[in-house]
Amino acid sequence: MTVATTSRRGGFWSRLVALTRKEVRQLLRDRSNLAIGIALPALLILLFGYGISLDIDNAPVAIVVEDSSPTTLDVLEGLRLTTYITPVYVRSMPEATRLMDAHEVDGILRVPSNFASQLAAGQGRLQLIVHGADASTARIIQGYVGGALSQWSLRTADREAGRASTSGDAPFGNVVVEQRMWFNSANTSTWYLVPGLIVLIMTLVGAFLTSLVVAREWERGTLEALFVTPVRPLEILLAKLIPYFGVGMIGFFMCMVAARFLFHVPMAGSMWLLVLSSVLYMFVALGVGLLISSVTKNQFIASQMALLTSFLPAMMLSGFLFDLNNVPAAVRVIGELLPATHFLDLIKTLMLAGNVWPIVIKDCAILAVYALILLTAARLVTRKRIA
Amino acid sequence: MIEFLFRLLALIRKELISVLKDPSSRVILFVPVLLQSLIFGYVATYDLSNVPYAVLDQSRSPTSASLIAHLDGTGFFRRVATLQSDSGIAPVIESQRALMVLRIGPRFEQQLLEGQSETIQLILDARNSTTANSAAAAVAEVVDAFNLEQAQQRGAGAPALTLETRAWFNPNLETRWNFMPALIASLSMLQTLMLTALSVAREREQGTFDQLLVTPLSPGEIMIGKAIPPMLIGLVQSTLVLLITRFWFHIPMAGSAWPLYAGLAAFMLAGVGIGLSISALSANMQQAMLYTFVLLMPMMLLSGLTTPVAAMPRVLQIATMVNPLRYGIDLVRRVYLEGVGLSAVIPDLVPLLLIAAVTLPTAAWLFRNRLV
Repeated sequence: MTVATTSRRGGFWSRLVALTRKEVRQLLRDRSNLAIGIALPALLILLFGYGISLDIDNAPVAIVVEDSSPTTLDVLEGLRLTTYITPVYVRSMPEATRLMDAHEVDGILRVPSNFASQLAAGQGRLQLIVHGADASTARIIQGYVGGALSQWSLRTADREAGRASTSGDAPFGNVVVEQRMWFNSANTSTWYLVPGLIVLIMTLVGAFLTSLVVAREWERGTLEALFVTPVRPLEILLAKLIPYFGVGMIGFFMCMVAARFLFHVPMAGSMWLLVLSSVLYMFVALGVGLLISSVTKNQFIASQMALLTSFLPAMMLSGFLFDLNNVPAAVRVIGELLPATHFLDLIKTLMLAGNVWPIVIKDCAILAVYALILLTAARLVTRKRIA
Repeated sequence: MIEFLFRLLALIRKELISVLKDPSSRVILFVPVLLQSLIFGYVATYDLSNVPYAVLDQSRSPTSASLIAHLDGTGFFRRVATLQSDSGIAPVIESQRALMVLRIGPRFEQQLLEGQSETIQLILDARNSTTANSAAAAVAEVVDAFNLEQAQQRGAGAPALTLETRAWFNPNLETRWNFMPALIASLSMLQTLMLTALSVAREREQGTFDQLLVTPLSPGEIMIGKAIPPMLIGLVQSTLVLLITRFWFHIPMAGSAWPLYAGLAAFMLAGVGIGLSISALSANMQQAMLYTFVLLMPMMLLSGLTTPVAAMPRVLQIATMVNPLRYGIDLVRRVYLEGVGLSAVIPDLVPLLLIAAVTLPTAAWLFRNRLV
């Protein structure tokens, strides 16, 4: 009995090692695997770190001054003190419109010729035209110009009130907002894009690459060749998992090194928890990849399924680019169902905010449950049988 | 000439059948496009619609209550907690129950009545800094309005200055209006490129490419026959997204259909040229697919789909110049939203045709040299 168990277990390990060696060799032989496992992550890190930014500054705004009175200059003074917009002074409205049509400016602020006299009469009007082809930039311009004008009104009101107070009337103070950005002191989108990048890269390797490679074996019948050997399905699955797990974790560590040394993203929480959560998510992604490939058994369909069910949702629905707070409830529910959403939430919190235990425990538990379900399902659909 | 067309038609028919004969690939080519354009249409927004916040009001005065009422009145600030002390701030933010905490000091009303300015603190969860900045800007707007209103109520002569804002092409400044037209180009790109890249690789892997070679078709004809079916599928996919944009999301289409389709055809041609070049370079389907993907990711990121090209550093802006998706998105947005004609999108059309003019002959050359 003991002998039998030992020999079985010994057999398990030696078969697993042999199979894993075969898989690793197979993985390394094709350069396209390394292109997607190592080169693409490196490229994405650079693109995200240096190129992709959601921070808008220096948006050019044409300013048409048809009324160059001292009041106008005083009003416009407030616009100079910002990095959000860059004023471009132009002479006439047609010129400004031409710049806008050519998309060389994102907005036009027009001071009409009778501005000062109208303002003196109690009704000053300024016109702001923004280019709607980029709504975010347009909103920032609108908010900023509106803010600058309110500030000017208030300053003027204060001056008048100052005069009034000499006649005995009590002035009223202003509320000033002091904002504190917690967890992102640099106030840069790079800090929250980098955790998202980790999610993308691990999904890419775990789900896309794995599903493609395994589906290929089904399609070409090379898995069937394995079936006639004494290996068991579990061993085949494990041997497939191990190398891609390794590639995914290399991607993870590349991201971590880049986050630390290139982009100086802080590491507020525990590194161990971060590694643990990534291991959990890697299992989830591999589970998705194996499940898809075993069900479809076709390279094109498997890769498309992997893209559609894991990669694109991880990019669009996980809160990576678009904040789930702002989407309709039904779409939010879909987002909450994705493991990627919870993994992103978890690593963003661990990197930027620290070990917030309620979040850590909740998200880790969800990831663990997903990993268990997906890997079990993958094991169940992978049988030694010929379709 | 007639014979040439017949040969070509036969090949196109064969290609379409080989893609569409499998029911699961029919599903995968059309259903996801529909679902994605619906879901992404809803999710793609940088516009604030729901900001949960907490208040720590140590002054408990009518004035502070009025300020808070102003915030609640915006419709998107939703008060989820009223805190009693500073120690409540960290938990409510860390656990993401509230995106921000407004902290009003005990001497708030007194200070204001004495004519002093009073600072209130706004603590934001900047784990998503874009949302945090938008929320901060919205609070600033509310506070500005509050200040002016107070000043006017107390009879101080705050000048009545109105800013009339008009937004061209997107009156309510909704992100969706920018995003959906961009999807018309991007979603179809995703699959056309893969289909094209796979078409030759699949034949090569299955050994049927040799059979094609012994037919009377020339390599150039084979290439044209391989290029047209994915373009057709891509155009059908674009049309699906277009219909959803127009009739589901009710985004008015300012331009007319023919410059749009002329532009899309040029865009598809460039994409197919790239796909065929990849196909010619790959030894098998797996390589074709992986190389396509390695190319597709940067193309998506550097296209202006999710982040404006103008916000990228100089070097990357130059890199976007060889990206067909960048021109495709710009072209569709201009025609769809701005309603321009074909002559206005020449700056987009020329690079697309140039990319096609480089990649298609390259692919043909690669075919021939691989065949011999």
